[in-house]
Amino acid sequence: MEIRRQGGCIEISELDPFLAELLRQVPESTNTEGVEGAQQRLFSSPAPASQSEICAEWKLYVEPELRRLFQTATETVAVDLQQLNGSTKPFANCTLRIPTKNSDAWLNALNQARLVIAAKYNFNEAELCDHYRSPIGSRRDLGLFQVNFYGFLQEFILHELEKG
Amino acid sequence: MHSPFELSVENPAIEQETRTAEELDLPWQVVVHNDPVNLMTYVTMVFQKVFGLTRENAERHMLEVHQQGRSILWSGMRERAELYVQQLHGYLLLATLERTN
Repeated sequence: MEIRRQGGCIEISELDPFLAELLRQVPESTNTEGVEGAQQRLFSSPAPASQSEICAEWKLYVEPELRRLFQTATETVAVDLQQLNGSTKPFANCTLRIPTKNSDAWLNALNQARLVIAAKYNFNEAELCDHYRSPIGSRRDLGLFQVNFYGFLQEFILHELEKG
Repeated sequence: MHSPFELSVENPAIEQETRTAEELDLPWQVVVHNDPVNLMTYVTMVFQKVFGLTRENAERHMLEVHQQGRSILWSGMRERAELYVQQLHGYLLLATLERTN
């Protein structure tokens, strides 16, 4: 896999089918349904519990806005990912071009996905820092790999944005 | 008989004014809490964007969050503090507004 800035895009080329599939799973991975910990994390409390009035107002007025923001980011990413559904030969490497104007949406959606997966498998800090765990022997291991892979992409996008 | 002057001195009419903390709107602070998932570079970028901090200052706050579990990013009036916390939540950071001691 190669990542580089190409014109107005961040180009991820030589994507093998496994990594392409992980990327396809970004929008789906942001789904918090059935993962209470993820719901709580994505829509965390804005104030200590003693400030019940602030928390109640927040639920009513701010949370719906945050939901819309997260949904929009996920939809933008889903549209970009349609490039991976082309008529390429099975098991062939492919290329994904992320328009730099969509960078913020990608950073947000990747972050949502990482937080939801981490909440789903209840990863602890030591596990999250273990970037070289192998082989992938379970769905949980795959989840950790996803968190790290999405984090790597975030780092790269941030690096490219910094360069301007 | 007391003159009006004497009366006012002996029994001064004291008006008591009480205000709740809300009315005084004591300064609030925006606190960011540690989170093992968010990347350090991402948190630094968010601090720069939301608070307009320099890279160096943003990194200092990020390290404070990482090492001490929390960092106070801003303090002032409640409305603005709420706006900052909303922005931080939009970036998926763990942030709260708290009343200053």
